[in-house]
Amino acid sequence: MSDARKIPAHRGMATWGERLVPLDDFREAALGFGRLLRAEERVSAISAFVAADADPTPVEGPYERVAVFGGIYSNTHALVALLENAAQRGVEAVYCLGDFGGFGPNPEKVWPLLEAGGVRSIQGNYEESLASGRTDCNCGYADPRDNRFADLSYRYTEQSCSMGFKAYMGGLPQRRRIRVGTSELLLVHGSPRRINEFLFESTSPVPFLETMCAEIRADGFLCSHTGLHWHRALPSGCDVVNVGVIGRPANDGRTDVWYTLLSAERDGMGVEFVPLAYDHLALADEMRRAQLPEEFVRTVLTGWWTTCLEVLPARERAASAH
Amino acid sequence: MTTGAPTSEVNAPGVRNSAPRVHLSSLDTLWFQVGGTLCNLTCTHCFISCSPTNHTHELMTLAQIRPYLDEAVRLGVREYYFTGGEPFINKEMEEIIRETLRVGPVTVLTNGLLLDPARCDRLAALSAHSEYSFDLRISLDGYNAETNDAIRGEGTFDRILSGVEHAGAVGINPVLTVTEVHEENGTDDGRRRFLRLLAEIGIDRPRLKILPVFKLGAEAERTGGYQGWEALESGAADTWSHLQCSSCRMVTDLGVWVCPILVNEPSGRMGDRLADTLDGFPLDHPACWTCHVHEVSCRT
Repeated sequence: MSDARKIPAHRGMATWGERLVPLDDFREAALGFGRLLRAEERVSAISAFVAADADPTPVEGPYERVAVFGGIYSNTHALVALLENAAQRGVEAVYCLGDFGGFGPNPEKVWPLLEAGGVRSIQGNYEESLASGRTDCNCGYADPRDNRFADLSYRYTEQSCSMGFKAYMGGLPQRRRIRVGTSELLLVHGSPRRINEFLFESTSPVPFLETMCAEIRADGFLCSHTGLHWHRALPSGCDVVNVGVIGRPANDGRTDVWYTLLSAERDGMGVEFVPLAYDHLALADEMRRAQLPEEFVRTVLTGWWTTCLEVLPARERAASAH
Repeated sequence: MTTGAPTSEVNAPGVRNSAPRVHLSSLDTLWFQVGGTLCNLTCTHCFISCSPTNHTHELMTLAQIRPYLDEAVRLGVREYYFTGGEPFINKEMEEIIRETLRVGPVTVLTNGLLLDPARCDRLAALSAHSEYSFDLRISLDGYNAETNDAIRGEGTFDRILSGVEHAGAVGINPVLTVTEVHEENGTDDGRRRFLRLLAEIGIDRPRLKILPVFKLGAEAERTGGYQGWEALESGAADTWSHLQCSSCRMVTDLGVWVCPILVNEPSGRMGDRLADTLDGFPLDHPACWTCHVHEVSCRT
């Protein structure tokens, strides 16, 4: 290996950029840089950094029982099933955390169902992108294998939505606040700080969520975006719930999709994930007629994701079939 | 290779007043240079010139790491990355992983050489006992022995793939991390070859991450380093929120640094404790240009 001899032995020397300098010179130079706060200054620096933000969003409710879901992905069959199921369970309101389109067929058909069902929505990255004329979904994927299918979905949805529907999307808020019993909750699509942030269970640790809850001055928040539902009850008493999506299965080998029921309880808030059966065979037929990728159809028929898998953390990926 | 105190513009901090400042919006990602600059390999493209004898940064002990974890919990850190050097030459590495997995997800960047079956079994057990993700990134720099070994050293191709195989066998599916040290590595064809290579050794859900090279350290020696025009100017972007340094810090035995890249630039050091480093940082190093142009991210 001819290149190896160019690299010098470092005994007693440090690399400063591409130069070799005596180790002590490097350390002395390094220790000369940087701030050094006193102990009490450190405490206040940390407090200031994680300080709460004022949020003028009005609070809706209080409710005894609400249904919350995300990611319709043009799955009108699941949306109809959800509205019926939620009504049977006596909910006072139905909330959607965004992403009406993508993945499924005929996105325009979602609009009248949202209106008829009185669904209170916030924008997802899809609504934000469609309403603002972006050329991509801004889903937040990093891997080209994920982005290829994300682009296919977005192009199809973008071309299939009317100007009127896009304007409706543009008029939606990006956050809402609701009260369920005594809990005040912030509703967001990705996370309280970014519309396309992925909050997976295995990479959303307790200290991270506690800090977020303190910053938003709420008893917790509800999010979606990832397609996988979970609930973390924090030591502080706050709740963080990823409400899941009704547009495609939760990568669990079942054809059902999931939504979330929140109920006021004597000592806090009840969180229940509800599996929802719907006519997935009819959906698969419509997807094929719309010439959507067969990979998407397979997900609907098997309950296992076949695309957009690279974004999954190690834990969630290990539980996948593909 | 010259010796003596550096004098070039590249290494003299603060000379470019036009450099923009990046603001720390949240501290999501905390890196530890847990292997120091010590490594069982001497790769010719290493941007911090790690080698068996490079003591610029020393191995970190669990006792050194603990106070930073305490601070990180108060700051709401989301994820932890361990790198070096080679993290697994650190005898306390598994204990460090165990403690860190109590407060958040962990990713270890390794060259894979020390991933024998017994160690992989222990890592799988650590992973199973945590509610958070444990991930491995294993570096490979060519899809055959000839191209990889030219960079990472004779015989490493086979040893790296053995490490990948041992991890895969216990259900740890590592992300193969490849730099564009050979241009074809990052092309569609290159990606396909790496994915096929993983499939051939039984990894049925191959994961791959392509990274640009940083023209620093050994890599600068190999290819000539940065040109004067490779520098960021104010106004080059609306925000710098796409840069890692807007949401990360790096801890070494010498203190807290702005990012994992600039640990061999004294001016990259920001303080002793995380609380000292919550201010912004001037993007005045040419490596900042690489991060901006290639949108370098620790995400997969």
